[in-house]
Amino acid sequence: MKLSVSIAGVEFKNPVFTGSGTFNSGREFVEFVDLSKIGAVVVKGVANKPWLGNPSPRIAETYGGMLNSVGLQNLGVDHFIKEDVPFLRRYDTKIVVNLAGKTIEEYCEVADKLRYADVDMLELNISCPNVKEGGVAFGVNAEMAALVTREVKACSKQPLLVKLSPNVTDIVSIAKAVEAAGADGLTMINTLIGMKIDVHKRKPVLANKMGGLSGPAIKPVGIRMVYQAAKEVGIPIIGLGGIMTGEDAIEYLMAGASAIAVGTANLVNPSATMEVLQGIIDYMNLYGVTDIKDLVGVIA
Amino acid sequence: MCNHYKEKITTKILSNKTIADNVYEMQLTVPSIVKEARAGQFVNLYLKDESKLLPRPISICEVDIQTNILTLVYAVFGEGTRIISGYMAGSDIQIMGPFGNGYELTEGGTHLLVGGGVGTPPLVELAKRLSGEIIVVVGFKSETYLVEELKKYATVYVATDDGSTGFHGTVVDVLDAHNLRTGKVYACGPKPMLKALQNWVEESQLEAQLSLEERMGCGFGACVGCVVKVISDNEAGYDYKKVCVDGPVFNSKEVIFS
Ligand SMILES: Cc1cc2nc3c(=O)[nH]c(=O)nc-3n(C[C@H](O)[C@H](O)[C@H](O)COP(=O)(O)OP(=O)(O)OC[C@H]3O[C@@H](n4cnc5c(N)ncnc54)[C@H](O)[C@@H]3O)c2cc1C
Ligand SMILES: Cc1cc2nc3c(=O)[nH]c(=O)nc-3n(C[C@H](O)[C@H](O)[C@H](O)COP(=O)(O)O)c2cc1C
Ligand code: FES
Repeated sequence: MKLSVSIAGVEFKNPVFTGSGTFNSGREFVEFVDLSKIGAVVVKGVANKPWLGNPSPRIAETYGGMLNSVGLQNLGVDHFIKEDVPFLRRYDTKIVVNLAGKTIEEYCEVADKLRYADVDMLELNISCPNVKEGGVAFGVNAEMAALVTREVKACSKQPLLVKLSPNVTDIVSIAKAVEAAGADGLTMINTLIGMKIDVHKRKPVLANKMGGLSGPAIKPVGIRMVYQAAKEVGIPIIGLGGIMTGEDAIEYLMAGASAIAVGTANLVNPSATMEVLQGIIDYMNLYGVTDIKDLVGVIA
Repeated sequence: MCNHYKEKITTKILSNKTIADNVYEMQLTVPSIVKEARAGQFVNLYLKDESKLLPRPISICEVDIQTNILTLVYAVFGEGTRIISGYMAGSDIQIMGPFGNGYELTEGGTHLLVGGGVGTPPLVELAKRLSGEIIVVVGFKSETYLVEELKKYATVYVATDDGSTGFHGTVVDVLDAHNLRTGKVYACGPKPMLKALQNWVEESQLEAQLSLEERMGCGFGACVGCVVKVISDNEAGYDYKKVCVDGPVFNSKEVIFS
């Protein structure tokens, strides 16, 4: 059975990645899973300097999902290179670094410092607020998404995935614009913006009022967007959004993703990546599928 | 899957009964948690209903090394704990832990344990493990619980908001009334109580460990969702620490209550 996938010249032993921000840099999971069995660890967003993040409460439970407003709290790229890269390199897995920034310059500063670091791939999170454009996310329209992709691609050494925001009206035009701007692959989807109100206290549950919705509740949106984008772009897609089981992962592959990532599921079951991988293998055995590639994009 | 990896444990509920209005005691046999547990740590309980994904963090009230029994005491607060309170003895529940740092214990001397409402449970295992003079001050709205358990290990003072049992007032009122300004302080309870206590220990020049609560996405450090504001020497003057792994127990001096 062939589980390995090749994306932008990087060979991953299997198609199961972690969703950025749900796995930190892997340390919290070594008690639960063998990191060497994961296709790639996609680390939590890394910025040019430490970010404090948002006030508490940052988490709210919703039906079949959760809202988070962590606000990309992270210790910055220097700390990441010094502490997390050597740690992750002890395991036989690929390292994908999720880039956070408030300006193109900030993204580029991170990508530039990572030139000399031993990491395999970068993932540009264009759901971050663009401070120069009044805080609207870079990923909300095709022009801005293409601009940030082109600039960051130019200052990156490693292959660049661009992680798309689902909070848009036309995902296909953005996917195409990002491909044309030089992205080596797409990751989709990020969280959907949502809100929850405590009716007894008459106030929002999150201190930040709004947050990103993730978990099984968003899976149909992710499947639809991957399906639409895969029809129109030639670059590979990492599919995520609500994957809890092997069958959820197969659904993303069939919609057109070349690999998948497990996000929120890690939080509620820290061995979720291994269970999803096993579920994929079971499915392939059941239907006599010999190469994972044969499942990709089978839905017309 | 390899056996040496930690995972969610499915175990049978031995008992799950009400011990006060809206307050339940659940007992479970979980050898791995009982062996590792420290006073002040917590466990995650998971619901069977998958529309409610997130863990319900509950403090370890007591562990019995001989029988491997873990005791939890929880209040019905919202929908999740209401559902858990309906789980019958003999049915399965998923649990993971122990998580968090727990209280730092020192040998001998005087120990002042302060609890409010469902902040009382962790004080039981704590009182059991401490040596020296142990004084407990616990406050409730009206109905009291766990007081008899605590009396096995400590001198116990009770306060109630309505005066139905013990002192009519708050735990801080009791501390002042009995002039209990001595020893190492250990506390767990609602935010307003901890805030008042933080001021009181500062005035009294005592060292205190406060156990905090925050909404959690994972309980083991992965989501960075459960943070508390703490004093820091960085530019901003504050930083965020995770309640689930850096706490739930914090030095009173570092916590910034908003
Ligand atoms: C470290 C720690 C130890 C705790 N120990 C105990 C204990 O021993 N006994 C006890 O009765 N309660 C304890 N709590 C509080 C308990 O976790 C909440 O009352 C419970 O999660 C509420 O769940 P619910 O589904 O009934 O409420 P809902 O409001 O329906 O829950 C919605 C979401 O919010 C979360 N949530 C709501 N209130 C709290 C809260 N106060 N703290 C953390 N998360 C919350 C829930 O976990 C859930 O994810 C503890 C909390 C923490 C953080
Ligand atoms: C707590 C939390 C933190 C996240 N942090 C990041 C992040 O730093 N960068 C990013 O690109 N996406 C982040 N995400 C989005 C996830 O990587 C993922 O795209 C999204 O949650 C959908 O997948 P899921 O439903 O499997 O979680 C975060 C999600 C959660 C729940
Ligand atoms: S609950 Fe996830 S980091 Fe604390």
